[in-house]
Amino acid sequence: MMEKDNDKILSEVTTGEYKYGFYSNIEMDRIPKGLSEEVVRLISFKKNEPEWLLDFRLKSYRHWLTMKMPTWPNLRIPPINYQDIIFYAAPKERKNLKSVDDIDPELRKTFDKLGIPLEEQKHLAGVAVDAVIDSVSIKTTFKETLAEMGIIFCSFSDAVKEYPDLVKRYMGSVVPYTDNFFATLNSAVFSDGSFCYIPKGVRCPMELSTYFRINSANTGQFERTLLIADEESYVSYLEGCTAPSRDENQLHAAIVEIVAEKNAEVKYSTVQNWYPGDKEGKGGVFNFVTKRGMCKGENSKISWTQIETGSAITWKYPSCILRGDNSTGEFYSVAVTNNHQQADTGTKMTHIGKNTKSTVVSKGISAGYGQNSYRGLVKVLKNATNARNYSQCDSLLLGDKCGAHTFPYLEVDNSTSIVEHEATTSKIGEDQIFYCNQRGISTEDAIGLIVNGYAREVINKLPMEFAVEAQKLLQISLEGSVG
Amino acid sequence: MNGKSEITEKYLDLYKDNITKISGVSSPFINSFRAPALKKFSELGIPSKKDEAYKYTNLNVFFDHDYESYFMPLPSDFAEAEKFRCEVTNLDTHGIVLLNGFYPTVNEKLRQLPSGVWIGSLSEAAVRFKDIFEKHFGKYARSETDGLVHLNTAMASDGVFVYIPEGVTLNKPVQVVNLVQAGNDIFNQHRNLIIAEKNSNFSIIICDHTLSPQKFLTNSVTEIFVGENAHFDIIRVQNEHNNACKITNTFIHQEKNSVTSSNNITLHGGLIRNSTYHYLGGEGAESYSYGLFLADKWQHIDNFVNVDHAFPHCTSNQLFKGVLDDMSTGAFNGRILVRQDAQGTLAYQRNNNILLTDDAKMDSKPQLEIYADDVKCSHGATVGQLNDDALFYLQSRGINKREAKLMLMFGFAHEVIQNIKIEPLRERMDNLVMQRLKGELSRCASCMVKCG
Repeated sequence: MMEKDNDKILSEVTTGEYKYGFYSNIEMDRIPKGLSEEVVRLISFKKNEPEWLLDFRLKSYRHWLTMKMPTWPNLRIPPINYQDIIFYAAPKERKNLKSVDDIDPELRKTFDKLGIPLEEQKHLAGVAVDAVIDSVSIKTTFKETLAEMGIIFCSFSDAVKEYPDLVKRYMGSVVPYTDNFFATLNSAVFSDGSFCYIPKGVRCPMELSTYFRINSANTGQFERTLLIADEESYVSYLEGCTAPSRDENQLHAAIVEIVAEKNAEVKYSTVQNWYPGDKEGKGGVFNFVTKRGMCKGENSKISWTQIETGSAITWKYPSCILRGDNSTGEFYSVAVTNNHQQADTGTKMTHIGKNTKSTVVSKGISAGYGQNSYRGLVKVLKNATNARNYSQCDSLLLGDKCGAHTFPYLEVDNSTSIVEHEATTSKIGEDQIFYCNQRGISTEDAIGLIVNGYAREVINKLPMEFAVEAQKLLQISLEGSVG
Repeated sequence: MNGKSEITEKYLDLYKDNITKISGVSSPFINSFRAPALKKFSELGIPSKKDEAYKYTNLNVFFDHDYESYFMPLPSDFAEAEKFRCEVTNLDTHGIVLLNGFYPTVNEKLRQLPSGVWIGSLSEAAVRFKDIFEKHFGKYARSETDGLVHLNTAMASDGVFVYIPEGVTLNKPVQVVNLVQAGNDIFNQHRNLIIAEKNSNFSIIICDHTLSPQKFLTNSVTEIFVGENAHFDIIRVQNEHNNACKITNTFIHQEKNSVTSSNNITLHGGLIRNSTYHYLGGEGAESYSYGLFLADKWQHIDNFVNVDHAFPHCTSNQLFKGVLDDMSTGAFNGRILVRQDAQGTLAYQRNNNILLTDDAKMDSKPQLEIYADDVKCSHGATVGQLNDDALFYLQSRGINKREAKLMLMFGFAHEVIQNIKIEPLRERMDNLVMQRLKGELSRCASCMVKCG
C-alpha cells in the first residue's frame, strides 16, 4: 500500500514543471556563432574595453587553446562544440538609462514575471539587485543609496571603466586565468557580471543580489563576479538564476572571485535554478562554474551557501583559501538531482594560515535517474598549526534508479590539525514514514516534512527571503514526492 | 595514458627478453594469459601519480631502478630456505615458505593435509589439478586501471596454491612465509591462488619478510575464491626493511552467504601498497576488511580497498588505522560500490590516523558510490593527534607522559588487532605493535618469524 503511494508520489515528482521556462522576445544584439581570436577582440571592442583587458583576454584565449576538458568528474557530458555557441548576446541598448521607465518594457516584464524587483520604490525588502540578462548587466538598483556609504555595486563593465585600479588589482588574484579549462574560457570571453567593493569598516546595510537570466538561444553565458570586502567590513550576497526551456544544452561557465581582507566577513548564497532539461533529460543548462574565495587577512570569514536544484549538469566547487591566520571558511550545500540531472559538486578548503577553521555540510538528494556526487578536498599545509575541519556529507536516495556518491579527499600535512569527515547514504526510513502516517500525516506530507528537516541545516544559513524561496524550490523540484 | 613512459618500456623489454625462459617452466594454461595481459599492461603502464588510484603514491623510486630479475630459482636458494624455521609460541600452523616468489622444494611440491586439503606450489598445481586450476585461475584478478596486476599475470610463474574441498574445516591455519633474500637488488613477482569450496572453513596467515638488506621490489597477486557458506580469514603481516617495496593485490571473490575477513598489519616496510578487492558475488555475503600500519622514517604505506556490492543483502565493514611518525607518509583509499540491484546493502567504512610529527603526512580518500536506494552506507575519516584530555587523565593518575602516550597509541592500534580470531597470533601482534611503538622493532629483527 505504502509502496504504491510512494510510487505515485515519485511519478508526480517527475512531472514537476519548470515554471521559469518562458522566453521573452527582446531585441538582441548578437555576434555570430563560434570562437576565435577575432571573436575575443570583437567582444572587447563591443564593450569598449581598455588595452590591458584585451591583453588579458587574448592571453587567456591562447592558453585555453592548449588545454583539454578534464574527464575526471563522475559525470556524463556530451561533447561541447565551441564553434556552435554564440559568445555574446545583449539586449539592444537604449541610450541613457536614467530611470526604470527607460528599460525595455519586455525586459521589465521578464523580471516582473521572475519576481525580481527592478523598481526600487515598489520594493520593500531592501535588496539591491544587479540584473544580468544573457551577456550584459541591464540594471543595478539602489546604486546611489549604497554609494553614500562608499559601497561600489555595479556591473563589471562599469567597474572596468570607473575603477580600473581595483579591477586590475583583484581580477584573477583568486582564480588565475590558467586555473582550469572553463575558468580560462571565461577569462577569454567573459561578457559582464557584477562588481562589488565594500570599503573599510562598512557593514553593508542590505543584501546585495545578482540575478542571472539566459534568454537567447544558442548562447553561452560567461559572467564574472568580483567581490572585495575590505578590512572590518561585512556583506551578504545573493545570486539567483533561471533560463528558458530549450531542447539544446546551453553552457554557463562563470567565475566568482571573493577577497576578504582582515576581519572582513562575506556570506555568499546561491539559489541555482537553471533549466534542468525535460523528463527525458533533453536540453538543460551545463553549469560549470569556478567559485573561489580568499580569506586574505586575519580573522576573515567566507561562507558559501548553495541550493542547487536546476541545471542538467552541475559541476562546481565553491572553495576557500584560508590564508589569513584565524580565518574561517564555510560551505553549506543542498543539491537536488531529479530526472536525468547530474551533479558533481562540493568544495575545497585549503588551510594555509594558523588556527584556520572550516566547516562543510553537504546534503545531496537524488531522485528519478539523477546522479549526485559530492567531491571535496580538505588540504592542510605544513604551517597551518591547529587547523580544524569538520565535514559532513549526507545523501538521500529517493528511487532505485538514482545514485549518490561521495568522493572526499583529505590531505593533512600538519600534526596539530584535526580533520574529520563523515558521510552517510540512505533512503527515507519506512519507520519514519509510518510514524508520520499513524499520526495522520499523509505519505506525501511526511516525505516533504522529512526532506525539509533533512535540508534545514543548510536552508537556515540562507538570508530570510532566500530561505523561503529555497524551500519552495525544493518542493517544486521534488514536489509531493520526496521533498 | 598517452604515450608510454620510459619505465613502462623497461618492463616491456624485460618481458621480451625473458618470456621464453618464463614460459618454459609454466603450464600452457598459465602461459595463455601472458600475451593478453602484457597488451593490457602496455596500455595502462606502471601507475603514476596521474592515476587516480595511485594519486598519493609515487612508485618511481622503486620501479625506476635496475634490478636483477629473478625468474628462475637457484638450487642453493632452496637449501637456504630449508634452513628457515618459524616459531610463534602456541601457534601451530601448516607452513609454506616462498623464497623470492618461488616454492623452494624440489621433491614435495604439493602436500596433502588431512581431509583432502592440498597446499603447495602454484606451478605444480596447474599441472596436477588441471580442472580445478583452470576453473579459477585468472578469473578474479581483473583490473581496468591497475597495470601492475597485468604485469604480474604476464610474468609471474609460481606462488602458493591452497585447495580446501567442500565441507572441510581446517583447524590449524595455513601460514605462508614470503621471504626475499638475494645478493643483488632483485625484482620478483609471485602469484597465489586460494580456493575454499562450499561450506569450508579455514584461515591463512601470510608473512612478508626480507632477509638481506638489498633493494627489493615485489609485486604479488593473490586470487581467492570463497564458495557458498564458506568462512575464510586472511591475515597479512608485513615486516620488511626500509629499502624494500612490496605491492600486494588481493582479489577476494565471495559466493552466497560466505563470510571473509582480511587483515593487513604493516609493521615495517619501505614502500608498501596493499590493494584489496572484495567482490560480494552472492546474496547474504559478508566481508570485513581491516588494516593497521605503523610508519616512521621515510616509509610510505598505502592501503587501497575496493568493496563491490554486486548482489542484494550483503554486508561489508572496513576499518583502517595508521600511526605516522618522523617523515613518513601514508595513504588510504577506500571505495564502496553498491550496484543498482544490490538492495538491502549495509556498508561501513572508517579510517583513523594519528600524525605524530609535522613532517608526517596523511592523505585519505574514502569513497561511496551508490546506485541502489535501499541501502545504509556510511563512512568516516579522521586525521588528528592523541586526545589531550585522555593524555591528561592518565597523567593525573600518575602515569608518565611517555607511558601514557604509548598506552593510548596501543589502544588505538588494538582496535584493529582485536579482530584477529587466532588467539596466539593476536597476542603476538599486540606484543609486536607494543615493541614497534616503543621503537624496539626498528628492523625486522624480531617478528613472528625468528629469522636466522
